[in-house]
Amino acid sequence: MTTTVFHERQDQIHRKGEEPFQMACDRDSLAGAVSQRACVFCGSRVVLYPIADALHLVHGPIGCAAYTWDIRGALSSGPELHRLSFSTDLQERDVIFGGEEKLYQALTELIDRHAPKAAFVYSTCIVGIIGDDLAGICKKVAQEKGIPVIPVQSEGFKGNKRAGYNAACKAMFQLMGSGDTSSISPLSVNILGDFNLAGEIWIIREYFSRMGLQVVANITGDGRVADIQRAHAAGLNVVQCSGSTMDLAKMMKEAYGTPFLRVSYFGVEDMAESLYNVARFFESIDPEMMTRTRDLVREELTVLHPQLEEFRRALTGKKAAIYVGGAFKAFSLVKAFRLLGIKVVLVGSQTGTEEDYRELHAITDDGTIIVDDSNPLELSAFLQEKDVDIFVGGVKERPIAYKLGVGFCDHNHERKEALEGFVGMHNFAREVYSTVMSPVWRFVPRKASAGLIKCLDADLASPDPVEAVASNVSIG
Amino acid sequence: MRAKPQPYVSTTNACKLCKPLGACLAFRGMEGAVPFLHGSQGCATYMRRYVISHFREPMDIASSSLGEKHAVYGGGPNLKLGLKNVMAKYQPGLIGIATTCLTETIGDDVPMLVKEFVRDFPEVIQEHGSPALVSVSTPSYSGTHMEGFHAAVAAAVAQLAAQGLPHDGIALFPGFVSPADTRYLKEILADFELQATVLPDISLTLDAPALVEYETLPSGGTPIPAIRALGGSRAAIEFGRTLEGQSSAGKVLHDRFSTPLHALGMPIGLRETDAFFSVLEALSGRGTPVNHELERGRLIDAYVDGHKYLFGARAVVYGEEDLVTGLTAFLAEIGVRPVLCASGGRSGRLAEAIRDVTQDLLPEPPLVREGVDFYDIAEEAEALEPEILIGNSKGYHLARKWGVPIIRVGFPIHDRFGGHRTLHLGYRGAQSLLDRIVNARLEAKQEASPVGYSYI
Ligand code: SF4
Ligand code: SF4
Repeated sequence: MTTTVFHERQDQIHRKGEEPFQMACDRDSLAGAVSQRACVFCGSRVVLYPIADALHLVHGPIGCAAYTWDIRGALSSGPELHRLSFSTDLQERDVIFGGEEKLYQALTELIDRHAPKAAFVYSTCIVGIIGDDLAGICKKVAQEKGIPVIPVQSEGFKGNKRAGYNAACKAMFQLMGSGDTSSISPLSVNILGDFNLAGEIWIIREYFSRMGLQVVANITGDGRVADIQRAHAAGLNVVQCSGSTMDLAKMMKEAYGTPFLRVSYFGVEDMAESLYNVARFFESIDPEMMTRTRDLVREELTVLHPQLEEFRRALTGKKAAIYVGGAFKAFSLVKAFRLLGIKVVLVGSQTGTEEDYRELHAITDDGTIIVDDSNPLELSAFLQEKDVDIFVGGVKERPIAYKLGVGFCDHNHERKEALEGFVGMHNFAREVYSTVMSPVWRFVPRKASAGLIKCLDADLASPDPVEAVASNVSIG
Repeated sequence: MRAKPQPYVSTTNACKLCKPLGACLAFRGMEGAVPFLHGSQGCATYMRRYVISHFREPMDIASSSLGEKHAVYGGGPNLKLGLKNVMAKYQPGLIGIATTCLTETIGDDVPMLVKEFVRDFPEVIQEHGSPALVSVSTPSYSGTHMEGFHAAVAAAVAQLAAQGLPHDGIALFPGFVSPADTRYLKEILADFELQATVLPDISLTLDAPALVEYETLPSGGTPIPAIRALGGSRAAIEFGRTLEGQSSAGKVLHDRFSTPLHALGMPIGLRETDAFFSVLEALSGRGTPVNHELERGRLIDAYVDGHKYLFGARAVVYGEEDLVTGLTAFLAEIGVRPVLCASGGRSGRLAEAIRDVTQDLLPEPPLVREGVDFYDIAEEAEALEPEILIGNSKGYHLARKWGVPIIRVGFPIHDRFGGHRTLHLGYRGAQSLLDRIVNARLEAKQEASPVGYSYI
């Protein structure tokens, strides 16, 4: 292993094929290593942020709120209160004498001004230290204003992003159970763990409605307080991005008996499989749903497949690296790349679990590097070593790719391209194509000095993917 | 300055950033430096993303990644471990340690911890080329990113500059300006044949060329030996009219080594730039080089050519106090009427600075607001019916709402390409700003016109 890797982190990196799978993860980030991870608060903010008619007040000094102002692509079809950045902007005197009074006044003022349907109050590191009674203030304001005011225990240092997801789930769970559920059909779902980036949830909702399902609540994308309040009565929770909302699904199952299914909307295989699984779940009440679903998939693929073919021809044989927040997304990406003829040679996440990495190990090829909680030094070394053509990550990873003369695709919460669903696969392929095939790499010093651009004549013949996926249904 | 009409308790859409972010940016302009935040992981990651989105350059910020137990028992051990790790992996020339709200509140004494580290691990430090360790206190609950920026520059000077042999060099502390500005300042200094140390210097570190090898630390930045030698400078120049009364690098040099300090405004527009050039003339003992004289002449020519498109246009200017002051000075010169000058900063000196640079040009002084957020700005500005907005990209939502053009300057520019190549300073910067403002006016007029003139 190269000297780029910290001794303490060696067991958080695995090279498939070299030794039996074993990986450490879920550790605190190493001091002094420039982790790409964020904090508990960030995790909570991500999950709750798309609830568009709620007030999101960050109780803390200004930075935590300023850095999260309208940076995510979570769209709303109506109110856009979530796009504003509210903070108590704690000052020295608040830190010394406590920030409760300021929080109370700020909340009151903002609720009067914006008339939100609910308010979330996020705790940040400093609040955890000065010990403000967040819950007490929230309760008081809730009584006075007659709306739910929910504390989110998201002190940044109390764990990593995952802890933040959990805090957010607990907060949302508090909203549930109070809404009118009379109009909810048994053939209904809640969409969990989709953030409506670039309008993705609207794509997924459309699929569900074509299947004959009612969507009760888009909990984490284009979300509404009233929908969440009655979400407990839905027939099924479909949960994407296991890390962020799985806790909520479990709480709902325990309290209300709502069953859940893990899904992924990325890539053709996982998208289709997710819809089939949902249809299969409702089979006993609606036996026709599977047929409708199969038709849907077939229709979509008939359009998509010829579109993909052109990209596939150009991209086959290229090499990709993936570094994302949660490992679950990485599974789908590995498969999506495979569909494009691209080989994944590096895959990692900020907060994967051992189980996640085991699964990644299972679906990747020999020689693939699997990494947990990486940093720019490692990532840049791996990208060079593997000589990749495209790197998928977020804004923090982008300059690493570009400085190395490597193509890049933003697959994070800032993205403005819809990458979910069948149409999303098309967009993804186009994104990948437009970066990998750009002529600019030819002028990049690293490539220029290496001489000729590699030329690959990989086997383009493959089984017809439309049929392969559309018939991949094992009912029963 | 009038007090806020109705003091809000809450902040909506802040017009400022937090203190350690400024410190990290300043450290990034020192050669081989790794900015290091003593606090929890989140702050560093958020700031990195914020900075990267503007500069489109790598920005590594290390963190001591404190967890719950450190918050209770103190972050010292993690700070020391972090320092060792950074030394081992980056071989830095300097580690710039900035505190965060968390570590200030739990009361970690960073200067003492650093002293302990130096005492306990001399071999580690030596083995890694003895990087300089600079620490600065940056709790965000007092001050903004600008205070953090100046504090980091001042700390580097205070902790590194020594009483050395007097030399012929001068020091220039430009404040938070763009890489393009920094490059241009260095060009000016070179044309005057002045030996100068510009601190910080982000011209290369945050605007790097494509290279064969990935640089774990970007090349460029003010050389550490040059910072150490600042004590012997024969003069110092510092930009920022609202800096007065604050501790700053210029003042540190002045107080410690009696270095004569030329405290100037940010040289934006003709007169503030003239002031800068006359100091350079005095220090170099020579006249302004002809190429710069020509740029100045062309600028005045352009002022004349463009004046009709600008006269009386009502502008709202917002951002860091010194930037706002410089921009306002420039706008007043070209006939634009700044109606509101606003900042999230709270130096207490903005109104006076604005008055000083505009009083002989404007029929009435603009409204000046310190310590405001974009909610306040919107409230104040609405009645003033602004025709143009000048500031960072975070004001875009207001420009959109009001249907007026926005000229993106300063930091951050998150919705446009090449924000870090924006030139603000000097005759050349004024020329570029002027062109952009005139063209924005023309474009707005053209778009709004039913005729669609193609010849204006
Ligand atoms: S805690 Fe302080 S240092 Fe950290 S992001 Fe928030 S304001 Fe900035
Ligand atoms: S202060 Fe805490 S909550 Fe805020 S950004 Fe930093 S780590 Fe996150």
